[in-house]
Amino acid sequence: MTDSILMFLAEHTAVAALLKLLLLVLGFVMPLASLSTWAERRQSAMMQDRLGPNRANIGPVKLWGILHFVADAIKMMFKEDVVPAKVDRFLFALAPVMAIAPVLITFAVVPFGPDLCVGQVLSVVTDPTTCKATIPLQVARMDVGMLFYFALASLAVYGTTLAGWASYNKWSLLGGLRASSQMMSYEVCMGLSLMGAFLVYGSLEPNAIVTAQGSNILNWGIFTQPLAFVLFFTAAIAETKRAPFDLPEGEPELIGYFVEYSGMRFGIFFLAEFIETIFLAAIVTTVFLGGWQVPGLDSSGFGSFHLPHLAVVLLQVVAWSLKILFLCWLQLLIRWTLPRFRPDQLMRLGWKQLLPLSLLNIIITAAVVLWRSGGK
Amino acid sequence: MSVEQATDYGPTLVAILFGIAFSCVFLGLAMFLGPKRENAEKLSPFECGSEPIGSPRVRFSVKFYQVALLFLIFDIEAAFLYPWAAIFRRLSCLGTVIGGECLGTVTAFGFVEMLVFMSTLVVALAYVWRKRAIGWG
Repeated sequence: MTDSILMFLAEHTAVAALLKLLLLVLGFVMPLASLSTWAERRQSAMMQDRLGPNRANIGPVKLWGILHFVADAIKMMFKEDVVPAKVDRFLFALAPVMAIAPVLITFAVVPFGPDLCVGQVLSVVTDPTTCKATIPLQVARMDVGMLFYFALASLAVYGTTLAGWASYNKWSLLGGLRASSQMMSYEVCMGLSLMGAFLVYGSLEPNAIVTAQGSNILNWGIFTQPLAFVLFFTAAIAETKRAPFDLPEGEPELIGYFVEYSGMRFGIFFLAEFIETIFLAAIVTTVFLGGWQVPGLDSSGFGSFHLPHLAVVLLQVVAWSLKILFLCWLQLLIRWTLPRFRPDQLMRLGWKQLLPLSLLNIIITAAVVLWRSGGK
Repeated sequence: MSVEQATDYGPTLVAILFGIAFSCVFLGLAMFLGPKRENAEKLSPFECGSEPIGSPRVRFSVKFYQVALLFLIFDIEAAFLYPWAAIFRRLSCLGTVIGGECLGTVTAFGFVEMLVFMSTLVVALAYVWRKRAIGWG
């Protein structure tokens, strides 16, 4: 029974893709993004010696205030959706969609587990290449996976820029302009800093990068490409427009490109920001932290300690989730530790420091790869 | 890893449609769930309570435009580097490559070609640096 369902999914990739999307987006990304909105306020409260949101409850169930995210969601949905008189109505409606859709779509390229071996779920699988049929735990497997990600990440710029322009408000226009120049500046560094990892693992396909890293922790991107890790993480945080790179919002002076948005439309921008942090964590996990790999765990188990295929896959999916949770938490700490940059510092960091360093990283990596392939 | 394998783009299309549909559901929730009680004050641009002066379509600094131009130049150059990075091992090997190891003579062809290309990139960067087109000073 189970086998025939799995077989059906292995053959019908589009159906499987939809199921995996529902599982990934509704089962992992959206809950985590909603929880992040609460975790962020709680974390900042802890760091500033406050209590933070801790009161939302259903009867006696309080759970340290976790339920605040439910309350927030309900509140946002039933708030009045004010559309100011002079806005460009079409672009005003399009902007939130442009902010959230690309980042949801790019989750398709993230591998959240190894290939599931159909028919051998409960037995020990020593060589996954011998499986008759497999279901990749990745929505869309494309050779150009990372390129697809960069292409869609550039589309997200439109969300903020259009929101700023369509709002017919000086402050949101300034916020939108700042956002577009900041995101464009750092996108160059993002692309160039990952080039080293592509050289080392010889692929643009995320699952191939994860497979190439293997279960040996010293072969993971963070050890083979330490400079790229720092460069990419910095540039990608700038891309999420959160502190210390929150100039487009600049709460005391601008409020942000979404100043005219209210109710759930504002909620979409808010949620998109948290989904972006999760996505950034997913990409860093994939390229630098071995993706779904567990140190020492091969497809048959830990060394000579064999485990059934299903247990191995579950362990690897859990490892993937934990890595993402850790990176999300790390971003919260960074966001509440560092003060905001000035615009000139922002531009200097992007163009005069990160960009030359990522070019240097490419040349050094290429030279090392060349030397290693000959030096046998 | 075998290279000659047709990619199935069906799942990608599903993902794109799903992403758009999902965001539109959100937008629909935004538009139809909340109450509508409009008044003149609410519909005016938000400027902390003061009357807006002039049109918000203000002129902005040309520097934003410069950044966009520079982005185009460098991002296109990055786009040329992706395929090079993906096949670098095969470019620098005159035999077959198995598991990242070259069974044959290693050649610096791919490396030197890219150094030439990168040097034009570095010259461009140095030029805009000297012209103070980058940075906000």
